[in-house]
Amino acid sequence: MLDSKVPAGPLAEKWSKHKFNLKLVNPANKRKYTIIVVGTGLAGSSAAASLAELGYNVKAFCYQDSPRRAHSIAAQGGINAAKNYQNDGDSVFRLFYDTIKGGDYRAREANVYRLAEVSVNIIDQCVAQGVPFAREYGGLLDNRSFGGAQVSRTFYARGQTGQQLLLGAYSALNRQINKGTVKMYNRHEMLDLVTIDGHARGIITRNMVTGAIEAHEGHAVLLCTGGYGNVFYLSTNAMGCNVTAAWRAHKRGAFFANPCYTQIHPTCIPVTGDHQSKLTLMSESLRNDGRVWVPKTVELAQKLRKGEIKISDLKEEDRDYYLERKYPSFGNLVPRDVASRNAKEVVDEGRGVGASGIAVYLDFEDAIKRLGEDTVRAKYGNLFDMYYQITDENPYKQPMRIYPAVHYTMGGLWVDYNLMTTVPGLYALGECNFSDHGANRLGASALMQGLADGYFVIPYTIGDYLAGLGFDPVDRNHPEFEKTRKTVEDNVQRLLSLKGSKTVDDIHKKLGHIMWEYCGMARNEAGLIKAKGQIQELRREFWSDVTVLGENEEMNQSLEKAGRVADFLELGELMVDDALNRRESCGGHFREESQTEEGEAKRDDENFKYVAAWEYRGESQPEVLHKEPLEFENVKLTQRSYK
Amino acid sequence: MSGNMNLTLKVWRQKNDKTRGKFVTYQATNISPDMSFLEMLDVVNEELVRKGEDPIHFDHDCREGICGMCSLHINGRPHGPKQGTTTCQLHMRSFHDGQTIVIEPWRSAAFPVIKDLAVDRSAFDRIQQAGGYINVNTGGVPDANAIPIPKKVADEAFESATCIACGACVAACKNASAMLFVSAKISQYALLPQGQTERYSRAQAMVAQMDAEGFGSCTNTGACEAECPVGIKLTNIARMNREYFTAKIFKQEEPH
Ligand SMILES: Cc1cc2nc3c(=O)[nH]c(=O)nc-3n(C[C@H](O)[C@H](O)[C@H](O)COP(=O)(O)OP(=O)(O)OC[C@H]3O[C@@H](n4cnc5c(N)ncnc54)[C@H](O)[C@@H]3O)c2cc1C
Ligand code: SF4
Ligand code: FES
Repeated sequence: MLDSKVPAGPLAEKWSKHKFNLKLVNPANKRKYTIIVVGTGLAGSSAAASLAELGYNVKAFCYQDSPRRAHSIAAQGGINAAKNYQNDGDSVFRLFYDTIKGGDYRAREANVYRLAEVSVNIIDQCVAQGVPFAREYGGLLDNRSFGGAQVSRTFYARGQTGQQLLLGAYSALNRQINKGTVKMYNRHEMLDLVTIDGHARGIITRNMVTGAIEAHEGHAVLLCTGGYGNVFYLSTNAMGCNVTAAWRAHKRGAFFANPCYTQIHPTCIPVTGDHQSKLTLMSESLRNDGRVWVPKTVELAQKLRKGEIKISDLKEEDRDYYLERKYPSFGNLVPRDVASRNAKEVVDEGRGVGASGIAVYLDFEDAIKRLGEDTVRAKYGNLFDMYYQITDENPYKQPMRIYPAVHYTMGGLWVDYNLMTTVPGLYALGECNFSDHGANRLGASALMQGLADGYFVIPYTIGDYLAGLGFDPVDRNHPEFEKTRKTVEDNVQRLLSLKGSKTVDDIHKKLGHIMWEYCGMARNEAGLIKAKGQIQELRREFWSDVTVLGENEEMNQSLEKAGRVADFLELGELMVDDALNRRESCGGHFREESQTEEGEAKRDDENFKYVAAWEYRGESQPEVLHKEPLEFENVKLTQRSYK
Repeated sequence: MSGNMNLTLKVWRQKNDKTRGKFVTYQATNISPDMSFLEMLDVVNEELVRKGEDPIHFDHDCREGICGMCSLHINGRPHGPKQGTTTCQLHMRSFHDGQTIVIEPWRSAAFPVIKDLAVDRSAFDRIQQAGGYINVNTGGVPDANAIPIPKKVADEAFESATCIACGACVAACKNASAMLFVSAKISQYALLPQGQTERYSRAQAMVAQMDAEGFGSCTNTGACEAECPVGIKLTNIARMNREYFTAKIFKQEEPH
């Protein structure tokens, strides 16, 4: 049923051969096609600009007031590329291998290899655009090792890599807007997908300033709408990050793959109270020099929390550097999922620090002794400042308090090798799709994937679909446009009619608690079943007792939030279903029933070496599971070990 | 909790750009010093919603000080009393119990109010569209290390490139000048070898668009630099003027 369209032949030749076999659209005919790009993060901006350069008409959409504010802007650490500039043994194959292994063998080999292959072009492109990457004194690009990689392949721009990459893509986008080849719609939220005879032919948007609900037609639709981590309420995502575009497309026929694969990032600033609206990431690069520890005993931890003793009272032998102890070869640089789970474990044991006890230390004392405060400041200054700003604690003087937080969603819309979803003409790029990171994403690989998809994959693959369409413009007057528009309008009115006693945030916070508790860092059958019931109950509560104020014909942030939370309430249940189905541990998905004797994640390749792609079947109908088996011809499946 | 504060807020409320706005007073009670300024507004908004009143609208997204979406004039200062921070990174420990806080939108003709505290900054995008890029297509570019750039130059270009397009510089300026914002982009490219071929036409095109948007002129008061949350320096404006006048005198390239 599910055809991944992975080309035959040796791994290293697949993409070149495939590019040759894809149909081309004649340059003179490209302007006869209109492509809708939803989202202007790394994936969307790069795609919109590149497609417009080729000659297509592009309409691009984002919900912020400018395309430059997409959440890609917040990425701190860096972007990987197999340049091997450091002569330390990196190669396309090694980046491929690390990504497949890091993803715990739950990603498609061919896609990942292609990602590693085009990674080198990304850096060239960005430099040509004027992206100011970090450089060495000789004037060449600097690299660092990131997230436990054994080679230095990460390119960065201080702690603001995402910002600089996005501004590069935004500049390419601006150039096309200026030429009139891209029409940009800011403050527009996509609320539905229009399909005609099963093909994607347009979208319905709400103008977030005037409330106008409008149809836009196109020969193809690209969803580049980012991740859905905000289903947990608290995450490192921006406040507006949502699943709405992807979810509505799912309800129109796009399968949703591996929804339960969530990445929980180990180093975030801990929650301070109920008012908390989001969580701030402290870049993973900090683990290169910081040492993670908690007090050795529960008693010491209690005394510390109560302020009966100070941090400096704890001698070396009172401290448990648990990552260094358990994983001597990787130490503090174990992958994110392992670091996160271990933090949860020591906190659950009662050895957590800080007033709430829900945190561990990330300590720079040794690094400062070894390198000097100035060197540490040069490397991490902006992160230290940010931490100081938020917590009022000086990390040069006392260890940082950190705790895991929801950060990235590996799951997303199912796509084939061409990045097309199960709806012909509908594509998904960047974090919005499921394709390259398996069950766990390596640091600095999301930026790489977003730009790979947008600059170097979609410009080739989309032609193959368009070339088969003929040149007729999409019929604006087709009844499906008005029908879908009306559905959206009715849904908006339904939301605005809700006048209960709860706020949308009340419900969202509750959903977040359920997801975090039962579908977070560790999951088990009983908990997941409980969560499913609670989510269904919460959905009823939302539709009967929430309040949504104001009217449609104005800027209405209550309405925007309500629509997004309504979709999260549906997605949450699918995530739980997916987690229930996957009775194995892999990557970010840890099923307590499936662990090794040492408490590490235990995969079950015999039964779960597949992508779970879910098909929507109508309101309150159970979704149907389709399996795409994963074949590994170039790597040997091993149990990940970081001991 | 001990240390929590009660505050009086005077907030600018305005239904849309066609109606007149006014200050409305609200009480913010039991505010923790650990809250961010926007979280404090969230708390006030939750109470408003519970009472059936329209919440205060303000722009925000990343809440990490990087997307540039948040704004707010707080007690007469863009992004509030603390230097070098955005409103979303401003914490309530910068205020004290019993204080009155006046909250207004950016005030500039080029940034019309959309609702309450949210304004339209699309003029900034249009300036960037006029020339804030290097003319390269995807693909066919040289190897990244084929263009060595001295670290000092790269670092300086980075300092300029770090502007978040928040608009505080405009809001801080008595002339509503956008020079700091525009000069940051022009400087980034003027410094880098990749930006050389079009450096003069770029300066001309961006400045022309800036003027067309109705931003005021620069009289060197330096309020912009003082309020910029990411430390964009006045030296960028000097560089931009050099680029612009060189372009005018030598007519090196025509704007396109
Ligand atoms: C704090 C943080 C730090 C990170 N650091 C790194 C790092 O160092 N390295 C790395 O590789 N990765 C990092 N990541 C991950 C990476 O940044 C993201 O996965 C990636 O940038 C996503 O890009 P994107 O283009 O897919 O989506 P986004 O950048 O999230 O863009 C989504 C776009 O879709 C639009 N949109 C969404 N919904 C709608 C809708 N309904 N209607 C209209 N428009 C819509 C938005 O307006 C936006 O333009 C980090 C992530 C976070 C949160
Ligand atoms: S120059 Fe500073 S104040 Fe002005 S828009 Fe840029 S970041 Fe904001
Ligand atoms: S909300 Fe992004 S900078 Fe303040």
